[in-house]
Amino acid sequence: MGKKILVALAGNPNSGKTTIFNNLTGMKQHVGNYPGVTVERKEGYCIHKGIEMRIVDLPGAYSLSAYSVEEAVARNFLVNEKPDVVVSIIDSSNLERNLYLAVQLMEFGAPLVMAFNMSDEAKARGYQFDLEKLSGAFFAPIVETVGHKQQGMDALLDAIVSVAEKERNPRTRAVVNYGREIEEEISNVVEALKSEAPPGGYPYDLRWLAVTLLEQDKEIEKEITTSGVKDRVSQGIARLQKFFGESPSTEIASRRYGLISGACQEAVRSTVERRHTTSDKIDNFLTNRILGLPIFLVMMYLVFMLTFRLGEPPMGWIESFFAFSAEKISALWPAGSESAVKSLLIDGIINGVGGVIVFLPNIFLLFLAIAFLEDSGYMARAAFIMDRIMHKIGLHGKSFMPMLIGFGCSIPAIMATRSLENRRDRLTTMMVIPLMSCGARLPIYSLIIPAFFPQAWQAPMLWLIYSIGIILAVITAKILRMTILKGESVPLVMELPPYRMPTFKSVLLHMWERGWLYLRKAGTVILGISILLWAMTSYPGLPEDHLQRFEQQRNAVTAENITQEQKNERIASIDNSQAEAAIEYSIMGRIGRGIEPLLKPMGFDWRIGTALIGGLAAKEVVVSQLGIVYSVGEADEESESLRNKLIRNYSPLIGFAIMLFTLISAPCMATFAVTWKESGSIRWALLQFGGLTALAYLITVVVFQTGRLMGVGL
Amino acid sequence: MPLSMVAKGRVRILRIDGGFGMIDRLKPMGILPGENIEIVRNDYTGPLIISVKGSRMILGRGMAQKIDVS
Repeated sequence: MGKKILVALAGNPNSGKTTIFNNLTGMKQHVGNYPGVTVERKEGYCIHKGIEMRIVDLPGAYSLSAYSVEEAVARNFLVNEKPDVVVSIIDSSNLERNLYLAVQLMEFGAPLVMAFNMSDEAKARGYQFDLEKLSGAFFAPIVETVGHKQQGMDALLDAIVSVAEKERNPRTRAVVNYGREIEEEISNVVEALKSEAPPGGYPYDLRWLAVTLLEQDKEIEKEITTSGVKDRVSQGIARLQKFFGESPSTEIASRRYGLISGACQEAVRSTVERRHTTSDKIDNFLTNRILGLPIFLVMMYLVFMLTFRLGEPPMGWIESFFAFSAEKISALWPAGSESAVKSLLIDGIINGVGGVIVFLPNIFLLFLAIAFLEDSGYMARAAFIMDRIMHKIGLHGKSFMPMLIGFGCSIPAIMATRSLENRRDRLTTMMVIPLMSCGARLPIYSLIIPAFFPQAWQAPMLWLIYSIGIILAVITAKILRMTILKGESVPLVMELPPYRMPTFKSVLLHMWERGWLYLRKAGTVILGISILLWAMTSYPGLPEDHLQRFEQQRNAVTAENITQEQKNERIASIDNSQAEAAIEYSIMGRIGRGIEPLLKPMGFDWRIGTALIGGLAAKEVVVSQLGIVYSVGEADEESESLRNKLIRNYSPLIGFAIMLFTLISAPCMATFAVTWKESGSIRWALLQFGGLTALAYLITVVVFQTGRLMGVGL
Repeated sequence: MPLSMVAKGRVRILRIDGGFGMIDRLKPMGILPGENIEIVRNDYTGPLIISVKGSRMILGRGMAQKIDVS
């Protein structure tokens, strides 16, 4: 095989870029992150006519102005990695706006191929393109493609190869003519750049650099250190400002659009104007001022019902699989033997990891539903409907989806905040997501509510807990926006794509990408934490004399003159006391004892303390940990004996306090890790962790003490 | 007249009264002075739906108040 070329795919969001990427690379792709930011970096390989291509899917961008993180990443990629070919993917049914980025790419000097994607839709809408003329106007070969039908892929690859093989010679003619006034300033700045060039020159095309400086691009301005150029630029801007009566950047953008609409007038014929008519009709209904919100809520209800109903059977299979493996592994040791390795494998790894894997069907189904809603175009409508409400709490429509996903699991929810361009909006949303009561907290409620509350109170209780979470999220978001995340809320502007029937393949691929990310992140963190927790509850073991005492008790029972059944019962109860003593003796028990004075004001004892520590790994661990400290063997939320123990030891008020505390306090470790990664700084994760725990403590103490004084639920 | 007050129909953008961030963000979407846009939906509360260069956009009310049109 000969040479290897680097190809970058650039285009607007919704231009079908990712579909083309998937077509070109098949499943041979790699998803990672760009260093320092949380923008996904997708890379794949493809071989065409003996030429190996490394294909990078750049993040969706409307321009190269580095306004958003995505745009900055796309631009830095072009600057630093100098791809051999850049494919500008254009939604040809939406030509003029999509060409703006293409023009910027040309000005940047990228070796360009243009893919007029969705050409079937463009034709259906009555557009006819004179490709030869357009290709001449934009100095780049044009290939018509239909991404979701895999049409035009070979032609596109041919064009990529021929551009890559062509000798690169500097462009002799400017892409855009900015008119006499601006052109004059451009050449002045270019002259200044030439005379004060750093050793080795600038890594940019000088004309592009000059234009970008006149546009007052903040990032590029930072790279200019010489005062001569700086002065030249600010003089130029001042002069142009005076001449046009507004900032030159607006005039520069207008000129680009001027070139585009000029070319389109000559080379595009539109026979009918039909675009959007069907979509508009659907929208009159789905985004209706009165009906919009109820329809949206029903839609969300369906998503959740689907997620949990369809998820149930596979969850059962996964549970039995783990139970089966635990049994098989346990059988490797002779019956009755106590081995640390066996305990680590079964109690530590299988139970810990199994507890997370069990949620996988739910997570995948939730992602599937979301991918469907996204690809069909409904998600943008949901943002439209929710914007009005979210605006009041200082967020906007796009924050709603991540918060909703938070009811399923915080991890994908925090990852979904990527759709928010503004960092303040994104961080605020991220911080409050753990207050959306996630699926893993449900087992705790299902254990406690039936234990302490009469039938008629059970559903309202559950509703109350969820509502408290939502109300706290609203208040917290508002406070964050007024204090550490202060700043103008970035107004909403987003495209409303026409409704489309999503393709099976793209929906599945979307689901898989996100699910895999969840699995990898949760899997690694949870595995580590499970092992740690296991060690903390197992070590140090009871000292020899204690063990002997329990052994003597058992021997005494065996010697007694009672029926075998009674003997078994007595021995089981001794086993339980031994397990309880062992936990109390372990590091975890000691920590629980140690923090007991702190827990007292909330009405908790050391047993609840250890359960809450267990809850740091994953919230549902609270249930199994309570089971362990009460030594009822295998505990789950249906566990009758655990419930009885709780009723005997605690009051309904304490039960409520437990739920309140687990709802608000410290998010699980996996959430901590994801917040850390997604916010790019451990400080945010620590703030979320500490802030929520402090809030939980405060609220629980107030509720418990008030309840106690008023004599409620004692 | 601010865009937020227009019920329906085609208008021309005269001025955008916002910071660089906002202007730079709107530009590549085709929302800049001198361009014609169409108001598709305006409920006088919540965001607007407008049509720019043949594509539909959701525009927050706050932003629409800062866009002067005729």
